[in-house]
Amino acid sequence: MARKVKMRIWRGDSKSGGFKEVTVPANEGEVVLDVIHRVQATEMSDLAVRWNCKAGKCGSCSMEINGKPRLACMTRMNSFEEGETITVTPLRAFPVIRDLVTDVSFNYKKAMEVDAYEHPEELKPGQARMQQVDVERSQEFRKCIECFLCQDTCHVIRDHEENKKSFAGPRFFIRMAELDMHPLDKLRNRKRKAQEEHGLGMCNITKCCTEVCPEHIRITDNAIIPMKERVVDEKYDPIRWLGSKIRKREGL
Amino acid sequence: MTTSTSGSAVERYKYDVVVIGAGGAGLRAAVEAREAGLRVAIICKSLFGKAHTVMAEGGVAASMGNVNENDGWKVHFRDTMRGGKFLNNWRMAELHAKESPDRVWELETWGALFDRTKDGRISQRNFGGHEYPRLAHVGDRTGLELIRTMQQRIVALQQKDKKQYGDAEKYIKVFAELTITEILKDGGKVSGAFGYWRETGGEVAFEAPAVVLATGGIGKSFKITSNSWEGTGDGHALALKAGGSLIDMEFVQFHPTGMVWPPSVRGLLVTESVRGDGGVLTNSEGKRFMFNYIPEVFKDKYADNEAEADRWYTDQQNNRRPPELLPRDEVARAINSEIKAGRGSEHGGVYLDVSKRLPADVIRKKLPSMWHQFKELADVDITQTAMEVGPTCHYVMGGVHVDPDTAAAVGVPGLFAAGEVAGGMHGSNRLGGNSLSDLLVFGRRAGAGAAEYVKAMKKRPTVSDKAIKSAQDSLDAPFNRKSAKKSDSENPYTIHHELQELTQSLVGIIRTEKELKDALKKIDSLRARAAKAKAEGGRAFNPGFHLTFDLDNMLLVSECIALSALNSSGVTRWTHTR
Repeated sequence: MARKVKMRIWRGDSKSGGFKEVTVPANEGEVVLDVIHRVQATEMSDLAVRWNCKAGKCGSCSMEINGKPRLACMTRMNSFEEGETITVTPLRAFPVIRDLVTDVSFNYKKAMEVDAYEHPEELKPGQARMQQVDVERSQEFRKCIECFLCQDTCHVIRDHEENKKSFAGPRFFIRMAELDMHPLDKLRNRKRKAQEEHGLGMCNITKCCTEVCPEHIRITDNAIIPMKERVVDEKYDPIRWLGSKIRKREGL
Repeated sequence: MTTSTSGSAVERYKYDVVVIGAGGAGLRAAVEAREAGLRVAIICKSLFGKAHTVMAEGGVAASMGNVNENDGWKVHFRDTMRGGKFLNNWRMAELHAKESPDRVWELETWGALFDRTKDGRISQRNFGGHEYPRLAHVGDRTGLELIRTMQQRIVALQQKDKKQYGDAEKYIKVFAELTITEILKDGGKVSGAFGYWRETGGEVAFEAPAVVLATGGIGKSFKITSNSWEGTGDGHALALKAGGSLIDMEFVQFHPTGMVWPPSVRGLLVTESVRGDGGVLTNSEGKRFMFNYIPEVFKDKYADNEAEADRWYTDQQNNRRPPELLPRDEVARAINSEIKAGRGSEHGGVYLDVSKRLPADVIRKKLPSMWHQFKELADVDITQTAMEVGPTCHYVMGGVHVDPDTAAAVGVPGLFAAGEVAGGMHGSNRLGGNSLSDLLVFGRRAGAGAAEYVKAMKKRPTVSDKAIKSAQDSLDAPFNRKSAKKSDSENPYTIHHELQELTQSLVGIIRTEKELKDALKKIDSLRARAAKAKAEGGRAFNPGFHLTFDLDNMLLVSECIALSALNSSGVTRWTHTR
């Protein structure tokens, strides 16, 4: 049942590093994280890797497996060819701390910059009424497990460190879309802020984020594109522009 | 300033309250303490928002009566007491039943989006042991919704502080990936906590008159478990070492339905909602065996034949519930008996099938994570075939002995505990859905209790250099262990593995005096070996080093479980069966 697999694991820290090769057994039904744990228990007791639930629910074990951003706990060993070497590296878009662990604090900073949900004061606890169909749009985005694979793969960040300052990234575009489509949220200028403060315009909808999302959230189609379209409506439609000036309403 | 052997100075912080654990209970406690005007440090072992709460699936129990208006706190209280075989702390069960609806509605005012009823209210689903549909839910990812809502509430409060004071972290700061190794005391009272950054190994000392433990459970002491790596009993051990007491430790819940195949996912949770939404349990003979396992105390509430059980899904007023929805301990023991009698499935479980009751698209909508989990990890399509399931270590009812109203740990002034780490609320068996509500109700109470304690305090205890030095020495120990021969040194991973094997086989669902005594002896010898486990490498993000501390805690709680089980002298107290 057990077969041998060759793992090529990046080891190092912010200063230096390189690949270490190791061959370990892999059993039926195992995922990459199982094999990494076996390496840890038998070959490299100090191999740094983040993980929590091992069930695809917490989004901790994000790394790049054969160059692709993946969750190690949801990547089955039988998805590789017999005899194929499996290369694991830390997420490329974020600074390495040690081995497979990166500093993802960028994402927590960005989370702090997105205005929080605002509940209508007049609605006391228990009084809210919403239809299922109306909450479902935002619920899709609330499935996000914050694995940050979308952030890692997004080339606006991945290849351009300098963009990090002005670009929130796909994870936070779906957060903005979620609040924008929330039936009760009071803030009315979320789309405009997405454009002006969070760099929505820099996204050129290549859908890489959607492809890597382990929760299969349709980030580009259901969050980014609808927001982009409505920002354009607001900005360039002369009647809406005039309306916004006359009625002094902020945003849409 | 004290300098550590890690080479850098000990970081020191002063707060009013230190909350250890950033799951549902910890975050709710932090919000409450902050709103009372206190400065709060939130400490989490992993990244912010990854706590084990995220794995809760089915829902949060609260008698809002949105689906069946006959529900109310008294019915919820009765169900909880009955589920816990009346061994619950009744006051905790009362507070929990009374306050959980407010805690759920409060989440909605912070942006949570629960599934809805037709008239637009929060929908509620059926669950084992609950008389009425009672669990507010979001598909089968309710825990994620809860943790994200709480996380975003913390961020909202920080944003407000930033606006008002120019500093987002003036009142609440999150210390992510930090492990606490010791509760510090001064003259019998809590004075703070000591720990280290997992990322660098750097040491941190918090001076704070109140510490809230919200560290969750102990599942990683067992081999087959639904728990994440964090469930290593840290809070249980910290409380015990600080002079607190643990109660009811023999009560460990084995969830009846964990995955059994493939081996690498053995124990992974299969939500009770599968049964709540119509899933039935059958053995290798194709029989719905649960009809043979209805205990006397539940006979008036559960159907004794298939026809009535099936009718219940459409007419709940005139039929009794299917026995698949008995409390977890009953179902787990029944499955265990079926497997032992040779009527198990191919891989040593039983069958759970929802595909015959619901159409495929409804299953995918109501149980999206389950569908996903089986499809991706086991190549099983649950809309077409049955799942194979078996018992998995899920939850510990036992924990820190606390005052029900304030969550103050008995015997240790300044220490508080809420959520899974606290004992008493659930008696000998927790009902599904009562955990998320427990987190919110008692998380809030712990935050309020800590705030009240701090405000009433005249002179604050302090952290001495001596206390820090002693904590530093313990932290350093795993690096300094020397063994005469290389072959004498121990691998912490191996010891952990052996501990899991032994608890699983000797302290599992059914226990005997002989096996428990055997377990205690073996735990002793593992402890002696663990004392020789040397950490290889450096301090920076070193899992082997981290494990040496987790291992100490797991050995201690495993011993507590075995001792409690032994001391209950031959009495079968439900989840603890002898």
